[in-house]
Amino acid sequence: MAGLELLSDQGYRLDGRKPSELRKVQARMGVFAQADGSAYIEQGNTKALAVVYGPHEVRGSRSKTLHDRAVINCQYSMATFSTAERKRRPHGDRKSSEMSLHLKQTFEAAVLTQLYPRSQIDIYVKILQSDGGNYSACVNAATLAVIDAGIPMRDYVCACSAGFVEDTPLADLCHAEESGGGTSLALALLPRSGQIALLQMDARLHQDHLDPLIEAAMTACKGLSDVLDSVVRQHLQEVSVLTRD
Amino acid sequence: MRETPLSNCERQFLLKGIEEKKRLDGRQTYDYRNIKIAFGTDYGCCIVDLGKTRVLAQVSCELVAPKENRPTEGILFLSLELSPMASPSFEPGRQSELLVKLNRLLERCLRNSKCIDTESLCVVSGEKVWQVRVDVHVLNHDGNLMDAASIAAIAGLSHFRRPDVGIQGDQVTVYSPEERDPVPLSIYHMPICVSFSFYLQGTYLLVDPCEREERVMDGLLVIAMNKHREICSIQSSGGIMLLKEQVLRCSKIASVKVSEITDLISKALENDRRARKEGGRCGFAESMPVERITVLKSDGAQIEMSDAEVGSEAVTMATESQSAEPLSEVGRVPSPVVRAPGAVQVGECLQNAWGLGEEEDEDDEEEEERLEMQEDNQRPMKSKSEVVVISDSEEEEVVILHPKKTQVKDSKPETKPEAPSKKKKKKKQPLH
Repeated sequence: MAGLELLSDQGYRLDGRKPSELRKVQARMGVFAQADGSAYIEQGNTKALAVVYGPHEVRGSRSKTLHDRAVINCQYSMATFSTAERKRRPHGDRKSSEMSLHLKQTFEAAVLTQLYPRSQIDIYVKILQSDGGNYSACVNAATLAVIDAGIPMRDYVCACSAGFVEDTPLADLCHAEESGGGTSLALALLPRSGQIALLQMDARLHQDHLDPLIEAAMTACKGLSDVLDSVVRQHLQEVSVLTRD
Repeated sequence: MRETPLSNCERQFLLKGIEEKKRLDGRQTYDYRNIKIAFGTDYGCCIVDLGKTRVLAQVSCELVAPKENRPTEGILFLSLELSPMASPSFEPGRQSELLVKLNRLLERCLRNSKCIDTESLCVVSGEKVWQVRVDVHVLNHDGNLMDAASIAAIAGLSHFRRPDVGIQGDQVTVYSPEERDPVPLSIYHMPICVSFSFYLQGTYLLVDPCEREERVMDGLLVIAMNKHREICSIQSSGGIMLLKEQVLRCSKIASVKVSEITDLISKALENDRRARKEGGRCGFAESMPVERITVLKSDGAQIEMSDAEVGSEAVTMATESQSAEPLSEVGRVPSPVVRAPGAVQVGECLQNAWGLGEEEDEDDEEEEERLEMQEDNQRPMKSKSEVVVISDSEEEEVVILHPKKTQVKDSKPETKPEAPSKKKKKKKQPLH
């Protein structure tokens, strides 16, 4: 694995975390005035910005309209300066369109789309700095933005990545751990019901190890949901203080 | 052209069937359709039939400069194309969501799981490496493209031989197949995708959904595994909510299916190798079943008798003895065969997809083979060996223990009555 020791003999990871420890999460809601909802999140060094417009009338081709629920339109992009090597195209390559697709699926599962027939909800996500766990940062940021926009959801959608090194599941992978070529699993969870909105895994993993890995990712997601919940509550408190007088 | 939407009636009918554990083509919940693998005359050319879904994979290679960050590694390039030939809803030259999804899944299934040794593809470090390119073309779309594509791609890669190269000083010589035998790629393992479709918020699950079933499904879970029970990739899609238990259960089912399919691929490869070695004829022309219009054939639709009274047995026997056809020879006594009214078709391969069991399929094939043998005996036996047919036999079914499953097929009364014993011809064991 590229000569990197991902887990030390003492049981610590490259950046000094324990296997099940998350990176520091900082988030803010309502960062833009123009959008209906917006949020910014930092998970360690991964930084993501999410903006939500809608629900509004379907733009573009009318044929996309669904008569019984809202259309969710997602666009994922990475800033050209987000990675160590400068990216040429911020969006539109295969990986980005796949990511957009996954975000769309995640939020179609979580947002109560049937409340807004014949309308559209736009979710734009941008990665400002990429240090592993892009998908999870995007989902978490978008969740906050959707909440900020006041669009009803079944539950928070929390996403987290997990890896598997030396028979130990690692939660919330950083870039070095992700690029080592080991197993990496991304999971989006609705924490209260324990339902998985999206599951994606790469690289080889023995079948017997799947259970502990999913379990670790789910625990991490639940941890994240507590953080997101406190962010939302704090934001509400701030806003209500501002509007009181 | 946008695909014609499914009518509400049809949708409800399909869902009702799934609720009652019945599928349109008479399969069980966890059954695959018949898989056929055929290789072309060229190395690395492979057609996979999964029921009526047909996919062609062609592997090719060329010498290119390696990527900057990986100077000693060859490149595996995968590309899947949905040609408008496969389905009227596929438009040429447009990156549809389905196309992006399939391409990425295939890439992750084969490249990210490192199924081939890319370092062995290096010729001169930092200057020349082999780029192996896998082009997968969908020829006919009848659902579950992903599984068919992954089988075709890995079978094509295993079948492929690249030209040998020699290096003298800084001179690189690529030898033609006449000068030196081409070398096979080194394959570490064979990842194969298994798709599960979910219905009614994940309450019901089907393996290998056909096109109709795909159109009413809520969501899809694709698990790629190899026969060592290693999961190479998992992807859920569609807005479904899964529970962890469901994922784990699916992974268990997948491991069983994957080992069956891997065996089938190795068997097909072995057959092809033997055919080539003996100098026999190989290629699609030999291995595709011939479709000739020689006979009148009417299809029998089978009636499920699992919940019928025993009293109806007399009637059953009457119908049985009436139709002394090879179809009833299989030995499935209590299910009468009803002729489709007025639908006598011309030709051998025109088959009604409704309710044709696997055993009958094989029987048909055997019959066809016999017919051929009669007609021209000088033809080598080899001609048939290219096509390997797998069918999920009931023994294999038993491996997956799930209480929810209803063994409809097995539910025939064990007390085989003194039926006009057509059992003398033993039930043909499926090849595996």
